[in-house]
Amino acid sequence: MSRSWGYVRRNPLLLVGVAMFILLLLFWLIGPQVIDVTRARPISAMADQRPSAEMPLGSDSVGRELLPNLLVGSLYTFEIGLTAGLIGLVVGTILGFIAGYFGGVIDSFISTAADVALTIPALAVLVVIASVIKEVLNVRNLALIVAALSWMRPARTIRSQVLSMRERSYVEIARLSGMNDWQIIVQELLPNLLPYLAATLVGAVAGALLAAIGLEAMGLGPQTEPTLGMTIFWCNYYGALLRGMWWWWAPPIVAILYVFAALFAISSGLDELANPRLRRAR
Amino acid sequence: MSSRYIVRRVLLFLLVIWVGTSLIFFLPRLAPDRDPVAQRLGNLAATGGINTEGLDEMVEAYRAKFGLDQPLWKQYLNYMFDMLRFDFNYSIAMYPATVFEIVMRAVPWTVGLLLVSTLLAFAIGSLVGALLGWPRTPRVMHWVATPFLMMSSVPYYILGLVMMYVFAFKFKWLPLGGGSQYGTVPTLTWQYVWDVVHHAILPAASMVVAGVGFWALSMRGMMVTTLGEDYVMLAEARGLSPRRIFFRYAMRNAILPQTTGLALSAGTILSGSLLVEVIFRYPGMGSVLYRAITGFDYFMIYGVVFFVILAVGAATLLLDLIYPLLDPRIRYSRK
Repeated sequence: MSRSWGYVRRNPLLLVGVAMFILLLLFWLIGPQVIDVTRARPISAMADQRPSAEMPLGSDSVGRELLPNLLVGSLYTFEIGLTAGLIGLVVGTILGFIAGYFGGVIDSFISTAADVALTIPALAVLVVIASVIKEVLNVRNLALIVAALSWMRPARTIRSQVLSMRERSYVEIARLSGMNDWQIIVQELLPNLLPYLAATLVGAVAGALLAAIGLEAMGLGPQTEPTLGMTIFWCNYYGALLRGMWWWWAPPIVAILYVFAALFAISSGLDELANPRLRRAR
Repeated sequence: MSSRYIVRRVLLFLLVIWVGTSLIFFLPRLAPDRDPVAQRLGNLAATGGINTEGLDEMVEAYRAKFGLDQPLWKQYLNYMFDMLRFDFNYSIAMYPATVFEIVMRAVPWTVGLLLVSTLLAFAIGSLVGALLGWPRTPRVMHWVATPFLMMSSVPYYILGLVMMYVFAFKFKWLPLGGGSQYGTVPTLTWQYVWDVVHHAILPAASMVVAGVGFWALSMRGMMVTTLGEDYVMLAEARGLSPRRIFFRYAMRNAILPQTTGLALSAGTILSGSLLVEVIFRYPGMGSVLYRAITGFDYFMIYGVVFFVILAVGAATLLLDLIYPLLDPRIRYSRK
């Protein structure tokens, strides 16, 4: 306990990031009690209204009320990022373990595949897929599409970690005491990798969010559900900025900046855990 | 640099192009909707969409080449062969023009914007990062740099929107968007060049501001590692001036892995710049792609995406080939 407290004191940013997320969670939990989320649909409010007492963030050109839109949109966007990031992490971890632990041909195959997939710009491939299935794009499908291209970085990080851990003496002892490969991976290696997995998850979620919001801003997001990126797309489409409708384009931007700042704070806070060498450097 | 390394690296490049091109062929085919493109083209023709002229021919051409009545391997071979010859068919939305012509008109804009802003961000970011990792740097620097570091994870176009509002909409210092004054003809006069630069400032600035933090962060990490090396301690013991140690010993070595970082993030940077173009209606590949998506100009989407894959692959290859020249310690022989 005192050790983890010491860690947090050395890395106050971690606390800042977690606090920011707790605030966001509260917004998502309490928001729907106070705000009527059905008004995030088009033609539920008078179009192009400035913020007022009844509509704290006004409305857009197709009559969505923008405060519910922000609430639902930020929740959906984060859902996409988290789902895609988690799937990417799980798939990447499995591949990384296989490649790092067993080595040989299978390692070269997985490593080359990850290198190739990392060089191909994800957004380009995603654009093609998303534009073909535009009609059936919803929150779940978008998350799956983005997840398909977020396994490479986790796979590479975990592979290099496993590669160095495989040679440690405790693995040797575990093997001598009769544990099989599977037991060694699950009981010995995985627990030691937890800090890396946490740090990698934050990175994977940030990457997935970046890809998802980018796709949405191009108009390739869920067509009927509001998300932060789609709101930016509609702002661009209807020229919200040029028409001075700041209440339309500013909230999604603030929300995106907020989420990325929180993720940044958490990942810098976890940096020391993932790269113990940093501790000595200070 | 061994010839084996070059051969391996070029093979990897070809693999990237082949896999990327194949992915965008096969993945959409996994969708439950069997032939959405022919369907959509048919719809356009039926409703007399944006430009019906030549649409029938295109539907025919599409069916003949990629139609589902043909075996998959044949569709695939046709497709690959067309891609390699840069034959992407006509643009659906701007019929008589081919996709290749339109993309070629957009490429110089994107390359110009991307090259200048990436180099600026890389240079400024590396210098700032080196200073942040240097113990003699005054405390103020850390305070100034922190907002930039925070912005390193923010997408370029988000910053672009904010900057556009402040500098173009509120204060009207800079144009709101576009590549040059509407209706001007490209000529090699100072006036035109200034016009282009004037229009590029905001999109470039949004990429530079977001990019500086990214490069500074990785440079700071490298700098800290380099400063712990024995040769830096020896340089200090020899009584060399701090300035010389900073530039010649620490920074010169710390900047090498940054080049690898540049190669690794080429795709992310290009994707980001495409979205910046959309926001600023900049006449490059991003805007072409955006128009193609909103107008479902299917051939155009494929053309632009192929070029993006090609460009990122080539940039990565180039950087990987340059790297051993910068750092003679690297041998690149396997084990």
